[in-house]
Amino acid sequence: MDWSPLWISLATSLTATAITLIAGLAAAAWRERRTGPMMALVDGIFLLPLVLPPTVVGFLLLLLLGRNGPLGKLLLRLGATVVFSWPATVIAAAVVAFPLMYLTARAALEQVDPHYLQAARTLGASEWRVFREVALPLAWPGVLAGTILSFARALGEFGATLLLAGNIPGKTETIPIAIYFAVEANELQRAAIWCAVDIGLSLALLAGLYHWTHVQGPGRAQWSRR
Amino acid sequence: MPSGQGADVPLEIQIEKKLADFVLDVSFTAANEPLSILGPSGAGKTMLLRCIAGLEQPDRGRITLGCRALYDSKRGICLPARQRRVGMLFQNYALFPHRTVAENVAFGLRPLPAADAATRISTLIERTHLTGLEQRYPRDLSGGEQQRAALARALAIDPEALLLDEPLSALDTHLRSQMETQLLLTFAAYRRPALFVTHNIEEAYRLSSHMLVLSRGRIAATGAKEEILRHPPTVEVARLTGCKNFSRAKVVSENTVEATDWGCRLRVAQPISKPPAYVGIRAHTIEFIESSVVDASGENVFPCWLMRSSETPFRITLYLRLHQPGGGQGDFHLQAEMFKEKWARFRECAYPLHVRLSPDALMLLQE
Repeated sequence: MDWSPLWISLATSLTATAITLIAGLAAAAWRERRTGPMMALVDGIFLLPLVLPPTVVGFLLLLLLGRNGPLGKLLLRLGATVVFSWPATVIAAAVVAFPLMYLTARAALEQVDPHYLQAARTLGASEWRVFREVALPLAWPGVLAGTILSFARALGEFGATLLLAGNIPGKTETIPIAIYFAVEANELQRAAIWCAVDIGLSLALLAGLYHWTHVQGPGRAQWSRR
Repeated sequence: MPSGQGADVPLEIQIEKKLADFVLDVSFTAANEPLSILGPSGAGKTMLLRCIAGLEQPDRGRITLGCRALYDSKRGICLPARQRRVGMLFQNYALFPHRTVAENVAFGLRPLPAADAATRISTLIERTHLTGLEQRYPRDLSGGEQQRAALARALAIDPEALLLDEPLSALDTHLRSQMETQLLLTFAAYRRPALFVTHNIEEAYRLSSHMLVLSRGRIAATGAKEEILRHPPTVEVARLTGCKNFSRAKVVSENTVEATDWGCRLRVAQPISKPPAYVGIRAHTIEFIESSVVDASGENVFPCWLMRSSETPFRITLYLRLHQPGGGQGDFHLQAEMFKEKWARFRECAYPLHVRLSPDALMLLQE
């Protein structure tokens, strides 16, 4: 049996999660300091991939990154084609997972008492240091939850990936896509195995999350020796 | 190291900022000593500190610390908080919960080499009596320890001014007097401007020799504390500094006013220069006169009846009605206050009792 969908899925989800974590945190930190009517629009755009059907997201990405799309043309000039390549699976997964990261990171950053940040500023800290050494550690449990949600969403991504990356075995064929095409080809046993793998992965992920938050830290309990 | 100590006027503030329902509009200077900022909740005290610390921006004006302009709207200067070197003690202390006491104190010492920082941390820890608690997290400290840690952290940056936002209000009575002593020692060693916000006149009085009374964003009085207490300029300042008895006043002659709410004429100590709107007297300065020595025509002596009283462990407050008995419990003219032992001498006396409103104790107040 060809195990490549497992490795592709893991590599795609991990990379997409890393990108989402940085982009989501940056977007949340940027957005937190701003108010105004334009911000409602910004929020709308950031959250759109959550509410749109993944096929719509995939189609829009195809328009954007395809050979005739504005970004696609630019990339082509640099000698790169994104569509139907492994990076396409990462892009599709990252875009679809982004809203979850953005929402949870923003909620986590917003609940940090602003007095801590102000105290840090009066103590001479730069804005970057305030974020990295005060805001982020205090918001970390929420950010971590967002990261895990994003990973789970990336792992399950199907519609946008299929449209943007297609189904190229050994290259863009992730577990959900492998299941779809196995069922379509009436290879039910293969589909069942991939389903079992997916269930196992998800359970491991949830158990790990539970262990991390309830048993080991990083909850607030760790900021106490008693 | 830059320091405000050399300048004649270390901290100079003249700012305006529009707030929700009034304008914060203050202009004052602070010397190298503690200055209490007294005012009721919502008078703009905290906002004033935040403007100095750089956490809020005034609409216009100037803030100068030593020879540095922290803020100057005309010159377009507004230093960010991190460049002001102004230590701030927040009302809830705002200790970083994810850092130990030592790490909290060390936060502002980033520019120093590690060895220098370590020396400085241990000095500060020692000075604030936190030895042995360095590795504790804030949530494992008592309120008083948290406050000392926050003080050590604020002092770590060697601030050119110290701002304290109601530092004692979160503590219980017992800790409060301990922390007051700690603050007095800190202030004595600090010798730079230390602005101390409070709504408690007793705290303000014990911790500083100068006071600034803030009311709805404006300075209602400023100066030496004894002077403000003895001669509050307005009814509001008198009330904020603990005065309980007021009556509208009309000038009768050069040294007599008619207290219309109390229904009596009162001689005052000094010739009246500016007609007062009110006359006031502090509760503890009202004297009782023994019936055997009462001269009913005596100066500022009036018969009175006790309407009700309320006690604290050592003191008693008496609610008095002047001239004639009657009315309900709420129909009193004056509140007098004294130690219970002293009251014991008068409590068995036959009515009417007699009080004397000493001309020296009367305060002539503007609107």
